[in-house]
Amino acid sequence: MNWDVIVSYLPLYKDGLLITLYTGWFGILISIVLGLVTALIVHFKVPVLKTIAKIYIEILRNTPLLIQLFFIYYGIPKLFGIVTDELTCGIVGLGLLGGAYMAETFRSGIEAVDTIQMESALSLGMTRRQAMFHIILPQAVTYSVPAFVANLIFLLKETSVFSCISILELMFTAKDRIAVSSTTVESLFLVVVFYLIVLLPVSIIGSVVERRLRYASFGN
Amino acid sequence: MQALVTDLGFDVLFKGTNFTRLLGGMWVTLKISLISVALSIVLGILLGVVMTFKNPVTKAICRVYLEIVRIMPQLVLLFIVYYGSARLIGLKFEPEFAAVIVFTFWGTAEMGDLVRGALQSIPKHQYESAYSLGLNRSQTYFSIVIPQTIRRLLPLSINLVTRMIKTTPLIVMIEVVEATKVARQIIDANRVASPNAAFGLFFVIFVLYFAVCWPISLLASHLEKKWSN
Amino acid sequence: MADTVLTINNIKKSYGDNLILNGLSLDVHKGEVIVIIGPSGCGKSTLLRCINALEPIQGGEIRLDGELIDGNSRNIAQIRQKIGMVFQNYELFPHKTVLQNIILAPMKVQKRSKVEVTEEAEQLLERVGLLDKKDSYPRQLSGGQKQRVAIVRALCMHPEIMLFDEVTAALDPEMVREVLDTMLELAKNGSTMLIVTHEMNFARAIADRVFFLDGGGIVEEGDPENFFTHPKTERAQNFLHTFEYESVKHHGNE
Repeated sequence: MNWDVIVSYLPLYKDGLLITLYTGWFGILISIVLGLVTALIVHFKVPVLKTIAKIYIEILRNTPLLIQLFFIYYGIPKLFGIVTDELTCGIVGLGLLGGAYMAETFRSGIEAVDTIQMESALSLGMTRRQAMFHIILPQAVTYSVPAFVANLIFLLKETSVFSCISILELMFTAKDRIAVSSTTVESLFLVVVFYLIVLLPVSIIGSVVERRLRYASFGN
Repeated sequence: MQALVTDLGFDVLFKGTNFTRLLGGMWVTLKISLISVALSIVLGILLGVVMTFKNPVTKAICRVYLEIVRIMPQLVLLFIVYYGSARLIGLKFEPEFAAVIVFTFWGTAEMGDLVRGALQSIPKHQYESAYSLGLNRSQTYFSIVIPQTIRRLLPLSINLVTRMIKTTPLIVMIEVVEATKVARQIIDANRVASPNAAFGLFFVIFVLYFAVCWPISLLASHLEKKWSN
Repeated sequence: MADTVLTINNIKKSYGDNLILNGLSLDVHKGEVIVIIGPSGCGKSTLLRCINALEPIQGGEIRLDGELIDGNSRNIAQIRQKIGMVFQNYELFPHKTVLQNIILAPMKVQKRSKVEVTEEAEQLLERVGLLDKKDSYPRQLSGGQKQRVAIVRALCMHPEIMLFDEVTAALDPEMVREVLDTMLELAKNGSTMLIVTHEMNFARAIADRVFFLDGGGIVEEGDPENFFTHPKTERAQNFLHTFEYESVKHHGNE
């Protein structure tokens, strides 16, 4: 391994890292909002919207992100003439995919709270809204945390697929270096290190929060 | 109707052997997924049993292995095995072979964790009540523990199959000619005749993947519901 | 009667084709303690759930202070404030401390001041001997303690009637007593109570009137002394008989 090469590549990977974080952050933000809205629509069985939400969840959860991105990036502009830059495509694609996963996570969190907890709150004279806000959601959040953390890691990993639509993130940087030079080992080493920098903290903080929150709420 | 088909770029599908070629590309990903799943199930069961051991060394190794799989993008693993192996150990793998290695490496970890979880979910008094009925160790395993483990495990491992299928298209990045690669070849060849081919072809691939994954997901959630109590 | 708190008039309740309550009527007067007993599946728990509008009824009506109880009405939350309910599995809120569990509804629902409610909650906790547990989480309490907290939680809303749904059924035997003592104390202080239970001796001690439910209706009612010593109907006799054991010991000297 040639350390001079590694040092000279660092700025390139740093740029890649920033794009990974930028696209990942916005994609995940969209996921959370979209997921929460979708979960509540499904939970409260809002007519019509509920069916749309379910179709959305099934389609996005049962197709590969790569194909979704190709479709958004190459297919849609051809037909509708909407030309979007690759970054927007990536963020939108990740947000749509993540929204479907987050929706399932939040929905099952709400369902994990026993229905008699709702009844117990109602019998104290609370309205459904008060019960949802004070009793059900705080417990649902705790139930959702493990799957939520898993989703975060999954979505951050999925940003590597962006390299297929020429977004200059970490994976693309590595691919590019391998293609244009004979520094395969150094390029791979750096991409591993940089992904560790992104994902290891999420993984560690995630499991700590998981344990803390679980203990604080349920004591085990 | 004819115009609509052309406008949406579906016409190229019916030219020559294009559609069969596309299906052939799909089959490459499916084949790699299925081989990897089969290997992962066998190796994962072994790993899962090993993970229940109290030995600190095996525990530490398993933990590191699982964490690597948990946080490294599959694409990085693919690159390491395909491009890295030639440099590091002087072996040049066929891309399909490299893909099977990576997806098995990943699937084994996932499967192992599922098996461990399922084994540990069987309450201790299930063993105790079996022993107290006079069943011996292997009878207890085969008639009490394993049937219950499988019920927990099967829906989750079926989900692993769809996740595998959804991840394999990435092999296009290590030069395997799969569906999206075929699609791009067709698009390039028909750039003038059907400018909208990209929409039609990627739409079809999208639908094909959905048609494969959705029934499998439905089966998994059906089994999960059926066996949850 | 002027002091009738709760009126149940000819209610019908079914799940699909399965008829649970068939034309049941019952009045509860102020300060009265009513105990409902009967075999499993006779509809006694369902009755309590209907009173609190947790289950819709298909016929008849239930009134509290003359006001109709209807799960779909706008003021159902207000009516439920006047009905305290204690569940078999406590149903404390696991993410809140004992004190928070008790003061949440008075503050959020009745808009009472935190200071005032906390003071009352502490007094009530003291009465049931749990003041030192006020900052504990439900998970740190025994079943009997949890159930006493649940009773205090319901009491703190100043309900006009308290419903108890097999509140000792999930408890270890040695904890049953502490919960029943709490309920006896409430009865002594004049609370209006409707109790579903399997504890026959307790029923006999606390009840002003006993109702025996079977097959979705009231089969027999009466004051506890008469009911437990001379049940009139055969079904009640058979039911009470299941709580007795015949000795199988060989008497005499060996």
